[in-house]
Amino acid sequence: MSKTSRTSISMPSSAKKGSIIEIRAIAQHDMESGFRYTEGGKLIPRDIIRVFTCTYNNVEVFKADFYSGIGANPLIIFTTLATETGTLEFKWTGDDGYEAVNQANLTVT
Amino acid sequence: MKQWQLLFTGCLIFSVPIVFAATDAGKQKLQSSYELMSAENKAMQDDPSLNPAMFWVGDGEALWNKPSAQNNKSCASCHGNVQKSMRGVATAFPKMIKGRLQTLEGQINQCRVGAQGALALPYDSKELLSLTALIANQSKGMPITVRETPENKAAMQKGRQSFYERMGQLNLSCAQCHEERAGLKLGGSFIPQGHPNAYPIYRLEWQTLGSLQRRLRNCMSGVRAQQYEYGSPEMAQLELFLMWRARGLPMESPGVRP
Repeated sequence: MSKTSRTSISMPSSAKKGSIIEIRAIAQHDMESGFRYTEGGKLIPRDIIRVFTCTYNNVEVFKADFYSGIGANPLIIFTTLATETGTLEFKWTGDDGYEAVNQANLTVT
Repeated sequence: MKQWQLLFTGCLIFSVPIVFAATDAGKQKLQSSYELMSAENKAMQDDPSLNPAMFWVGDGEALWNKPSAQNNKSCASCHGNVQKSMRGVATAFPKMIKGRLQTLEGQINQCRVGAQGALALPYDSKELLSLTALIANQSKGMPITVRETPENKAAMQKGRQSFYERMGQLNLSCAQCHEERAGLKLGGSFIPQGHPNAYPIYRLEWQTLGSLQRRLRNCMSGVRAQQYEYGSPEMAQLELFLMWRARGLPMESPGVRP
């Protein structure tokens, strides 16, 4: 797996103040569990995303730890309260120096 | 002697309706295996923000515009905008090109070797799957247009033969499950009609994107048969027959399957 990869965010671009918004975040990643062997019998080293965080105007609003049991190309769906207009930043970090960052803007009315 | 004759004619009389029944079964209403999936899996295929295969389509777009190291030509140098030039292209593959039956993957490699001076991409490699997914995606929603023609007749016949021929230690043909028993259950799952209208597919069991030939090899190992080789003429012929059998069904590429 490369050191970074494609990610995709889908969420509303605007919302009413105080409403709950749904955010979907998916990252392209093989999530190699570290429990599999090659045909030659060699252990394939673990290579997974470890942590996913979402910050809303630099305040952490959601965080998830990933483990070996999570499948490839993990999708996370979560919600947050629309409090103020600003930027949501999404960050995935993992084994072998993996890091991917994505951003989305939200206008609160 | 007379009795034998009677038995023989009896068999002939009975065999006629059976033949008709078989062709009728072949004409049963086409159903994509999409219809057999859960609501969640359907949503995963339909929503590009949920469909993991869209990552491969994105990679395919990057490869489409990437010039080859050998002669600085990219796919776009000849074919231009993929959305225009490749629209509907995947609905007509495999097809006869210069007297040879060519699959979509085969044609991509033909272009790479012939026009780009590059090495052929290995079958089911990430790059080849990405380009196939990108091209097939341009035909999403369009019906399969493969027809029987004088040129592909011989190949079609061989593909048809593969489909109806029993194979492997379990001695099963494709048709015994996917035609005679389509819609019934094997274990907990419905047996689909086996149409190739969503390939390449993101199969949850594989945790990745895979080609039609990978899926066909799956079934062959399932019935304990010798698998056809990737990119072999037998595979292309079987693909051709399957696409012809699914003619008219809209393409869903890249699909999601459990």
